[in-house]
Amino acid sequence: MNNLPWLLLLLPLLAAALDWLCFRKNPGAATAVSLISVLLTLGLTLAIYAGLCAGTPDAYVWMSDGLLNLHLGLTLDTLAVRMMLVVTGIGSLIHIFSIGYMKGDPSNLSRYFAGLSIFMFSMTMIVLADNLAMTFIGWEMVGFSSYLLIGHWFHKASAADAAKKAFITNRVGDFGFLIGILLTLFVFGTLDFGEMAGKANLMQGGVLTVIVLCLFCGAVGKSAQFPLHVWLPDAMEGPTPVSALIHAATMVAAGVYMLVRLQVSMGASAFTDTACTVIAAVGGITALLAALMAMQQDDIKRVLAYSTLSQLGYMVMAVGLLAGEAAMFHLYTHAWFKALLFLGAGAIIVCCHHEQNIWKMGGLLRRMPGTAICFLMGTFALIAVPGFSGFYSKEAILEAALEKNPTFFWLGAAVAALTTFYMTRLCLVTFLGRPRAHGAEQAKEAGATMLLPLILLAVMAVIAGYGCVADSLVPFEGFRAHGFSVGLPFYAGLGSLALGILAAVAFYGCGCRKQDPLAGNFVSTALRRRLYIDDIYDKGLIGGLQHFVSVAIGCIDLAIIRGLIAETLAWITGRIGMLLGWLQCGCLRGYAAVVGIGFIIMMLLFAFQWAH
Amino acid sequence: MTPLAHYLILSGLLFSIGLAGVLVRRNILVVFMCLEMMLSAANISLVAFSRAQGTEGVPVYDAQVLALFIVAVAAAEVAIGLALIVAMFRSCRSVDSASLNTLKD
Repeated sequence: MNNLPWLLLLLPLLAAALDWLCFRKNPGAATAVSLISVLLTLGLTLAIYAGLCAGTPDAYVWMSDGLLNLHLGLTLDTLAVRMMLVVTGIGSLIHIFSIGYMKGDPSNLSRYFAGLSIFMFSMTMIVLADNLAMTFIGWEMVGFSSYLLIGHWFHKASAADAAKKAFITNRVGDFGFLIGILLTLFVFGTLDFGEMAGKANLMQGGVLTVIVLCLFCGAVGKSAQFPLHVWLPDAMEGPTPVSALIHAATMVAAGVYMLVRLQVSMGASAFTDTACTVIAAVGGITALLAALMAMQQDDIKRVLAYSTLSQLGYMVMAVGLLAGEAAMFHLYTHAWFKALLFLGAGAIIVCCHHEQNIWKMGGLLRRMPGTAICFLMGTFALIAVPGFSGFYSKEAILEAALEKNPTFFWLGAAVAALTTFYMTRLCLVTFLGRPRAHGAEQAKEAGATMLLPLILLAVMAVIAGYGCVADSLVPFEGFRAHGFSVGLPFYAGLGSLALGILAAVAFYGCGCRKQDPLAGNFVSTALRRRLYIDDIYDKGLIGGLQHFVSVAIGCIDLAIIRGLIAETLAWITGRIGMLLGWLQCGCLRGYAAVVGIGFIIMMLLFAFQWAH
Repeated sequence: MTPLAHYLILSGLLFSIGLAGVLVRRNILVVFMCLEMMLSAANISLVAFSRAQGTEGVPVYDAQVLALFIVAVAAAEVAIGLALIVAMFRSCRSVDSASLNTLKD
C-alpha cells in the first residue's frame, strides 16, 4: 500500500508509452488512455491528500559510491501533495478541454496526447522528487515535453523555431542549475531535501550566495524570468491547451516551486541578503517589463503570455522577499485563473475560426456568453478584484513586500495597475462592440467538453482564495490565510485597480474602436517589438557570438592548421627530400659503391674491435 | 705447407679486384663476372680456413662441403643472372648499367 504513490509517476509514463508505441494510428484510444491515466492520478492524489495512503514509499538506490549517493524517492509532504493536486487537477481539466479543442485538427492526436502524458510524468517527477538530482531529471524532461508540444504543429516554421528557442533558452538556465546542484553536492554533501536542514547555518555567506544564485539560474530559465524570458511568448505557437497547462499553470511555476522547496529544506538562512536581493530584483524587473510589453500586444495569447511572465515575476519576487508562503499562494491561485484564461482564449480562438488577433474579434459577449463570463471571472481574479482569488494572493505578496522592502511594494503596485490596464483592454476589445471580422460574426458558444472545464476552473478562480479553501489547498506547510485587514496594501491594490480600469476605458471606450488608439508612436512600437530584447539577442548575442566564433576559428584555421601544420610541415619535408635526393641517383655503380664502402667500414670496425 | 696468410692475401686481392670491377665497369656482363670473382674469393678463404683448422694434414671437411654447395648455388645464380641480363638486353637494347634508370625519371 505504501508504494502506491509510485503509480503517480508510472501511470502517465505508461500512458505516454502506450500512446506513442501502440496507438499511433488510433487517436481515439490514445485520447482515452491519456485521459484515464490523468484521472487516475487525480484520484490517487486525492486519496493521498485524504490520508488514505499513509506511510513513506520505498526509495530505490540508483547509484551509490563514497561521495555520490543517489536514490529515487518520493516526498509526500504538504507542499508536494497539494502541488500535485494543482497539477493533476488542472491537468485533468485540460485533457478534457483538449478533446474539444483538437477535434478536427489534422495533426496526429496520438502524438499530442503522448506529449501531454509525458509532460504529466515529468511534472510529477519535479513535484515529488525528494532530491535535487531527481528534480533535475524532471526539469530536463519537462523541457523536452514542452519542446514536443510547442512544436506540435511543426510544419509551421514559427512553431518549430519557437520550440527550438524554448529548448535552447532553457538549456542556458539549466546549465547554471546543474552547476548549482554540483556545488550543493560538494558543499552540503547531499542532494536530499530531507538532509539539508540546518547545514546552511555552518557555512559562509559567499558560498551560499553562489549556490543559491546558481540554482536560481534554473528557475530563471524554466520560469522565464528576465533575461531568459524570451522563449515564453514564442511558446504560444503551441496548441492553446498546452499553453494553459505547461506555459501558464504548471511547468513555468516549477521554478518557483523549486525555489520554495529549497527555501523550506535548506532553511531561509541559506538565502543570504545578496541572493535575496538579486532574486527579488529579477522577479520585479520581469514583472514590470512583461506588464509593459503586454499593454501593446494584439494577439490574445501573447497578452496572456506576457501576463504570465509578469505574474511569475511576482512569485519570484515573493521568493526573494523570503515570503515563500505568499509565492506558493499566488502560484496556486494563478494556476487556476491563468489556466482558465488560456482555455477561455482557446475556446474563443476555436470559435472565431483560429483567429488570434483581438482587433478581429469584438462583440463576443453576446455570441458566446458562457465562455465570456468564465473568461471575465479569470480576468477579475487576475486583476485582483476584491472577492476573487487573485486578490488575496496578490495582497499577500504586497503585504510581504511592504514588510521587507517598500521599493518592491511600489513596484508591485505599479505592475498591478498595468495588469489591470492590459486585461481590461483585452476584455473591452474582445467582448464588447461589434464583430470586426467575419470569424467573430459567426462565432458560436463552445462545445460541452470545452465549456465544462471552463466552468470548473471559473469556480476555482473565484473561491480558491477564500480562507477555508486556501487553508486546505495551498501547497505550503502550515499555510494560514491572513485575516483580511484594511491597510496600505489594500488601498494600493484598489487604487491600481481603479487606475487601470479608468485608463483602459478612457483609451478604448466600450469596444467601439476599430484599431488601437495608442498604436503608431515610438513607445508603442518599442513595446510591440518586446523592447527590442529579442532583436538584441538575435543580432548582438547570437549574431555577434557567431561572428566572433567564426573569426576565431578562421584565425586558428589559417595560422595553425594551414600555416603551421600544413605549409610548414610540407616545406620541411620537401627540404629534407631535396637534401636526401642525390643519394637516389639511379646509377647502379653508385649503389654498389655505397654497399662496398659500407662493407669496408664494417670490416675495419670489426678488425679494430678485435684488435682491442 | 703454404701458410694461411698467403691464401688470404690471394682471396683479398681477388675480392678487391672484383669490387673494383663492380664499381668501375659499366658493362653489366663484366660487372656480373666481377661479382662471381668476389664469390670465388670468399670460397678460397673458406677452403683455406678449413685446411688451417685441420689436424695432421687432414682438413675440416665441413667447410669444403660448404664450399661445394656454394659453387652449386653460384651456378644456379649465374643461370638466373644471365637470364636477367638477356631479358635486360631485350628490353633496353643495351647492357650498360647506366641505362637502367627508367624509374628515376
